[in-house]
Amino acid sequence: MEDFGSVALRKLLDALPDAVVATHAQHGDATAVVAPGRAVEVLRFLRDAAGLDFDMLSDLCAADYLGYPDRDGPRFEVVYHLLSTKHLHRVRVKAGVPEVPAQIDSAVEVWPAANWMEREVFDLYGIRFRNHPDLRRLLLYEEFEGHPLRKDYPKERRQPLVGPRN
Amino acid sequence: MAHARSVEGDLERDLHTEHQILNMGPSHPATHGTVKFLIELDGETIVDLDIQVGYLHRGFEKECESGTWYQAIPYTDRLNYNSAILANLGYCMAVEKLLALETPERCQWLRTMAGELARLADHLTRCGAACLELAAMTPFLYGIEARELTWDLCEALCGARVTSNYVRIGGVKHDMPAGFPAVARGFIGRIRELLRDYDSVVTQNRLFVDRLKGTGVISKDDLLRYAVTGPILRAAGVPLDLRKDQPYLKYAEVDFDVPVGTIGDNYDRYLVCVEEMHQSLRIVEQCLVALERIGPGPVNVDDPRVRWPAKGRVFNKMEELIQQFKAVTEGPMVPAGEAYQAIESANGELGFYVVSDGSAQPWKVRCRPPSLINLQPMPMMLRGAMLADLIPTFDFINMIGGECDR
Repeated sequence: MEDFGSVALRKLLDALPDAVVATHAQHGDATAVVAPGRAVEVLRFLRDAAGLDFDMLSDLCAADYLGYPDRDGPRFEVVYHLLSTKHLHRVRVKAGVPEVPAQIDSAVEVWPAANWMEREVFDLYGIRFRNHPDLRRLLLYEEFEGHPLRKDYPKERRQPLVGPRN
Repeated sequence: MAHARSVEGDLERDLHTEHQILNMGPSHPATHGTVKFLIELDGETIVDLDIQVGYLHRGFEKECESGTWYQAIPYTDRLNYNSAILANLGYCMAVEKLLALETPERCQWLRTMAGELARLADHLTRCGAACLELAAMTPFLYGIEARELTWDLCEALCGARVTSNYVRIGGVKHDMPAGFPAVARGFIGRIRELLRDYDSVVTQNRLFVDRLKGTGVISKDDLLRYAVTGPILRAAGVPLDLRKDQPYLKYAEVDFDVPVGTIGDNYDRYLVCVEEMHQSLRIVEQCLVALERIGPGPVNVDDPRVRWPAKGRVFNKMEELIQQFKAVTEGPMVPAGEAYQAIESANGELGFYVVSDGSAQPWKVRCRPPSLINLQPMPMMLRGAMLADLIPTFDFINMIGGECDR
C-alpha cells in the first residue's frame, strides 16, 4: 500500500505540477521542494485539500547552504514541517531562497503559528518575509549586527555593547 | 434626595482611565522563566500583551554546527533543564535516523523509562511552581520533594541529577545499576504518597480552583492554528500525543492512557498534568518489569561508525586502535542528508531537524522548541482577563527559558 506521504506528494503534483520542483522521501520523510514564489499556495493547498488536512505547521526554519559540498542552487532554504492531526502524518516542504534578495512570502495568513517562527528566521538568517505583520527580531536585540546562523557569520564575532534603553 | 441621587449616578458612571503600560520581567518573582511582558492595562484588565523572549539565547544551533555530532548532546541537556533526557533523546533519535540505526531492545526500554522520569520531573516542577507563584508554599514542597526523588533516580541511572547527558547516538551511556528496580519501586511508592498529599491540599482547594477555573481559555481550533501541542492542547480536548499516535521506542508495548480535558482552561491543564504524572509512573513500572524480564544485554548498537570498539581489542589490535583514535579525535561521520524526528516531550512536540553534509560536524541542528511555540498564543488567552490571571496561565504554559531561547 502506498504510504500517506507519497499520496500527499502525488496529490500535490497533480494539483500544482508547475509549483513543485522535486520530491523525495529520504529516511521516510516525504518532502516537496517547491518554487519560492508558490510556497504559500502549496501550503494552503496542503492545508485545505480533502483527504490531506495538514492542519498544523509543526515547524518552520531555514538552512544556509553556503559552502555545502557539490551543491548548486539557491543559498538558503526555508523549511516547513506540516502535521495532519487528523491522519497523523507529516510532510516537509522546502523552498529555495537566493542570497539577494533574501526574501519569500510569509505564511502567517495560512497559519498564525508562522509569525514567531518567521521572526526567528529573519532574526538568525536575515531572510525577509513579505507581508509579515510584525517582522522584528525575536531572540536577539535590535542593535545586534548581522545574522548569526549564516555560515559566513564567525562564531567569535564581538558585538557592540548596548547600554540601557529607556 | 436630589443630592443622594447624583452620588448614586457618580458611582455608576463609567470611570475609564488612560491605558497604562506595565513592564513585567525579565526576572519577575512570580514567573519561572526569564521573559519580559509589556502589558497594556485598563485598570487591572489586560488590553494587550507583547511577549519579549530571547534573554537566555546562547546560540545553541550555532554551537552545534561547530562541534562533532557527539558534542551537541550536552548542549541539548541545557535546553529544557527540567527534562534534559527527553532533549537528549530527541536529538539522538534524529541523528540515528540519518544513520539508519536500530537500537537494541534493552536500550529502548531504558530510554523509555528515563524519558518518563524526565517527564515526571517536568510536570512536578510545573505543578509545584504554579502553587508557589499563586502564594502556596506547602504544595510546592511536596512537588519538589517528589522531584528530588525522581532526580535521585536519574542520578542513579546516569550520574547527574539535572544535566543527565544520558542518551548516546545508538544507545545510552550505560545500563541501569544493580538493584535499581528495587530502589525505583520504593521511590515510586513514595512519589505516589506525595502526589496524594499534594492532591489533597490543592485539587479541591477553593483558592487554587478560583484562580485556575475559567482562566487562560483558548479554543482548540486556535491552538491547532498556533501549532500548540502537549498538555495544553490535550486539556482543550484534542488527544494528540505522539507516544500514542506515532509510537516510538517501546510506547506501543506499554499500557497507558492519554488524559484529555474539556474546555481547556488552566484547571484542565492542571488536571491533565497530574494525571500524566500517574501515567508516567505506570510506564516506569512496566519498563522495570520488562528490563528484568529480558535480562542483561547490549545497551548500545554494535556499529563501528558511532561506538568505540571494546577496550581489550583496542589494546591488542592495530585496526581497532586506529578506529578508536579516529572515533575520539574526529567523531562519527554521518551520511549526507536531512531528517526530522519529533518526540512527545513534557511540553509537547519536541522536534529536531538535522542536516548533514557527510562530515563529522553537523551542518544544521534545528530544535523545534515547544516552549516557544506554546507561548505564542498567550496574548489570545489573556486579552480581557485580569492581570492576576497572567500568573497561572504562564505557569501552565510552562515556558522554560533554556528551550524557548536556545
